[in-house]
Amino acid sequence: MRKMSQLKKIFNKGDLAVTAECGPPKGADPEAIFKKAELLRGKADAINVTDNQTAIVRMSSLAACGLLISAGLEPVLQVVVRDRNRIALQSDILGASAMGIKNVLCLSGDHQSFGNQPQAMGVFDLDSIQLIQVVKTMRDEGTIWGGGPLTKSPELFIGAVANPFADPLEFRPVRLAKKIRAGADFIQTQCVYNLDKFEEWMNMARERGLTEQVNILAGVTPLKSSNMAKYMKKRVSGIDIPDELIKRMEETPKNRQRDEGINICLETIQRLKEIQGIRGFHIMAIEWEEAVGEIVERAGLLPRPSFDQD
Amino acid sequence: MITAEQKPIDKIREMIAPYKRILALGCGSCVAECAAGGEKETAMLASTLRMAAKLDGRDILIHEKTVDRQCVKDFILPLDDIIDQYDAVLSLGCGAGVQAVAEIFSAVPIIPALNTEFIGETRDQGYWVENCVGCGDCVLYDFGGICPLTRCAKHLLNGPCGGSRDGKCEVDPEVPCAWQLIIERLSKFNALDRLEKIYQPKDWSMKQGLGPRNIIREDQQR
Repeated sequence: MRKMSQLKKIFNKGDLAVTAECGPPKGADPEAIFKKAELLRGKADAINVTDNQTAIVRMSSLAACGLLISAGLEPVLQVVVRDRNRIALQSDILGASAMGIKNVLCLSGDHQSFGNQPQAMGVFDLDSIQLIQVVKTMRDEGTIWGGGPLTKSPELFIGAVANPFADPLEFRPVRLAKKIRAGADFIQTQCVYNLDKFEEWMNMARERGLTEQVNILAGVTPLKSSNMAKYMKKRVSGIDIPDELIKRMEETPKNRQRDEGINICLETIQRLKEIQGIRGFHIMAIEWEEAVGEIVERAGLLPRPSFDQD
Repeated sequence: MITAEQKPIDKIREMIAPYKRILALGCGSCVAECAAGGEKETAMLASTLRMAAKLDGRDILIHEKTVDRQCVKDFILPLDDIIDQYDAVLSLGCGAGVQAVAEIFSAVPIIPALNTEFIGETRDQGYWVENCVGCGDCVLYDFGGICPLTRCAKHLLNGPCGGSRDGKCEVDPEVPCAWQLIIERLSKFNALDRLEKIYQPKDWSMKQGLGPRNIIREDQQR
């Protein structure tokens, strides 16, 4: 079992990191995870496992992370505060570390009204910033929240998310700063399509000195079709797709739209590489894990560095 | 105030079906303000129920009475003189009113006619909004008089989340993002620096730590 997060090692070395995403199945089938694991093996340094994303019931993130570890991949455990109170969250954090999980991503989570259990009680006992703080306390102080020693501290590289496209824009860097102060080691952003707005956000982050304090991975999602682009723009909260990109997808014949989606993604990565303070890419190819290999290869991000087990 | 809405009439008819002599008991306070259980609504409900019973050929008696505050013992006690005439009370009080009446008149079945909703304000004619969860440890100073625990769909103390768009909440585009309102208001008073602080996890024991809460003040007791 690895002793230290691969992701952390890459940042320490100063290389560009690559993370990808694996959404657990809507069922109890471990093969679904193993299949995605094979598509992503060697293409990314760590694999985010989403936690009942869009509030739709899926295999638990913790269990799916365990399956990825058994397949020899490094997971990033996504934890949302929507479904669990501080007792359950801390308990899962301890369990995650015991299972060999090295990275955790703390989020608030999509509101339960969006999913397939809209009658569920939303917990939100902690918010994402408080969860970061709780995990950091457990790791660095060796105590649960509010005191009380742990027999062993969880060893976790702590991540948080940022949405540069949400409002109010001028307040976004304040919240990013709070996440860093709470203990975030790395940040994965919402998927970037609107590069101008993203650059504006990065400039604000840089002015506050935040890019020096945290490792920012820019999120990208290849578009599969013009319909997906339109759907995401309209329906998925916090996504900003400029009209010219939608037009470009629409003007591409249907059978070539996936290729065009990958082209756009590669152009985006190219521009992101030029932005000072970007430490890597988070490639969220939603139910299209096959695309990740092509993207990292064509973006010149292969081979992924490997480290001796230490 | 406590807001409430009347239950569906069919539901009310189902609950009162076993009874013949019913006291429809309104409340002149909060539920009158939100037009759910005041004198007027009590009269309307009683008359609707009488009419429905008549159409069904059922013989029932429904009297109406509205007390000033159904959640205060002193206002309920005078009902002692009349309560024996009835085999059920249909209360148009909030949940607190219903339970206060049930506590005092333990021998009479009490039926709720309303669904109690929230602590809120009358924003406009026929428009009520929730703005307090009764957390037991008010945070309104920190957030410029806007409660994120109530008005943010995710109860974030360190918001806004990534779903705030054009000042609206991702959950409902009709609902303003509480955090947008907080930021606007604090910036008016040059107090945005309050939001640089990380607000700690809420102490929910103030709300629900030992089960139902009570307030005991000896200086008010006689």
